[in-house]
Amino acid sequence: MRVLIPGIGGVLGRIVARRLLEQGHEVIGIDRRPWHDAPAGIELYNVDIRKRAAEDVFRKRRPQAVIHMATVTHLVERTEERFRINLGGTRAVFEHCRDWGVEHAIFVGRHTYYGAAADSPLYHKEEDPPMAVTTFPELSDLVAADLYACTALWRLPNLCTTVLRMVYTLGPTGHGTLATFLRGRHVPMVLGFDPLFHFMHEEDVAAAICLALEKRLQGVYNVAGPQPVPLSVVVRGTGRSPIPLPEIAFRAALGRFGLPKLPPGALAHIKYPVVVDSEAFRAATGFVHQVDEVRAMEAFRDAFPIRG
Amino acid sequence: MSLLIDPEIAARVDRLELPFNRYGVDPYGASKDHLARSFTALRFFYRHYFTVGVEGIHHVPVRGRAMLVGNHSGGVAVDGAMVFTSCFFELEPPRLAQGMAEKFMAKTPFMGLFAQRAGQLTGLVETAEHLLHDERLLMIFPEGARGTAKLYPERNTLVHFGSGFMRLAMKTRTPIIPFGFVGGGEAIPTIANSYTLGKLIGAPYVPITPWGVAVPAPVRLELTYSEAMTFEGTGTEEDEVIERYVEQVKQRIAGLIEEGRQRRRKALAWSRSTEDEARLGAEPSGTKEEQR
Repeated sequence: MRVLIPGIGGVLGRIVARRLLEQGHEVIGIDRRPWHDAPAGIELYNVDIRKRAAEDVFRKRRPQAVIHMATVTHLVERTEERFRINLGGTRAVFEHCRDWGVEHAIFVGRHTYYGAAADSPLYHKEEDPPMAVTTFPELSDLVAADLYACTALWRLPNLCTTVLRMVYTLGPTGHGTLATFLRGRHVPMVLGFDPLFHFMHEEDVAAAICLALEKRLQGVYNVAGPQPVPLSVVVRGTGRSPIPLPEIAFRAALGRFGLPKLPPGALAHIKYPVVVDSEAFRAATGFVHQVDEVRAMEAFRDAFPIRG
Repeated sequence: MSLLIDPEIAARVDRLELPFNRYGVDPYGASKDHLARSFTALRFFYRHYFTVGVEGIHHVPVRGRAMLVGNHSGGVAVDGAMVFTSCFFELEPPRLAQGMAEKFMAKTPFMGLFAQRAGQLTGLVETAEHLLHDERLLMIFPEGARGTAKLYPERNTLVHFGSGFMRLAMKTRTPIIPFGFVGGGEAIPTIANSYTLGKLIGAPYVPITPWGVAVPAPVRLELTYSEAMTFEGTGTEEDEVIERYVEQVKQRIAGLIEEGRQRRRKALAWSRSTEDEARLGAEPSGTKEEQR
């Protein structure tokens, strides 16, 4: 199959691309970011997904499937630019899919869509509302992109659409929101709170995406691997030490003393859990994770050891 | 191992049939260490501080989904804690009864954390359904916060029962094991509820007792389980049907409370008469006076 991956330059995009190539697919990538040591056989286009040149790739290469990973999820990018990429980019991807005969489109979203709050259920089902817009307003563009992708299910009946809501990624590349949060020697926690964190190994994330492609899955699915574990366990399991700070001190200390910088909305996500129920995805694809939560933590710890 | 954990209890925690991972955490965040510590502390209250009479524990199934449904007794969760403890100590193999806590708990530092590590989650229909789907034992107080707000004179009465538990039980085909709890009102005789204090700390209210704070007194408690009740249906029936079923459960619980009261009265009368005999026999020193 000819598969186009917008956002191939990201860590996850690269893993997925390599995997698909191994499986004998023809892989084409679009990204503004370069990928210098890309394996031979992957066709790369260094263009912006929102620009004309990206549509040319669709028109000339006529991919059968598209895995849309060109969303900005880290919060360093200026917000307006982020909004443009996440919303404008997603719109462009689905329009090109419609215009150039793509059969299957996969949107790779995040489980943080559901938001973290004291009164949110522990295992989110796909039909739960996106509370992240209130609990974590900085994520509202990702919520909107997710919902926009969902509209393709009824707007574009000829296109098989899959919306995946993946839990946090953890693994040796140190990629992802959770891994960034865990990078330093000390990890701040809010005193008196220890929420469950749901994550899976990056290879399992890539395997799940490839499986959704293979099974030509249609619909909205939560994707998770092993069970969630409390943040304190994640911190210790990755060889870090937790620093529990009272909420007021926590707000003041972020971004200082070598602690990670986080937007104010992230606080709820460090106090309350976002845990998803991925039973529907498992039933539809037969997905079984290969790496359990303990080995995923160890893989991260070994790749980013704390010295001294 | 911590000094606060009794090795015997830790071994019993190991026998809980829950999918703990290598760190001893289950998929809902219950932690083996924390459970062992909690049960070590609770055993003191269960066996020594209070005198807990448990009747009909054999009605609680050892495996498979089930719902323990009972009355609230007392201003703080003495009832829930003792039901939780009885399922752990009296059942073979032990079972974890998982309560559905008030939402303010999750917002309060430490409270939510301790509750979650003991398997007590925020009371939400979605979470309850997921637990039942995983064949867990649920503990439900359909009176909710209205039930814990009962004052001392109302301690053995029942207030309005919500009907959510009935719809959920029918939808998930879960047997209901009614229980009646007596003595919580004597342990924490609420003379008033301060809603102002509650607002200050983020709780619905704070119970006030004759000795000020809601520290339970060491009294006799009676916990009575009855045989399971099952209701056929889908959970989407008309309100009248559901209300009728809820009423049946409520009546059963009222009967269990009465049974518990009689047992309690008898037990106290007996202990009083033996105390009297002891007093007659020996010098009349300060024996521990049981509360009524």
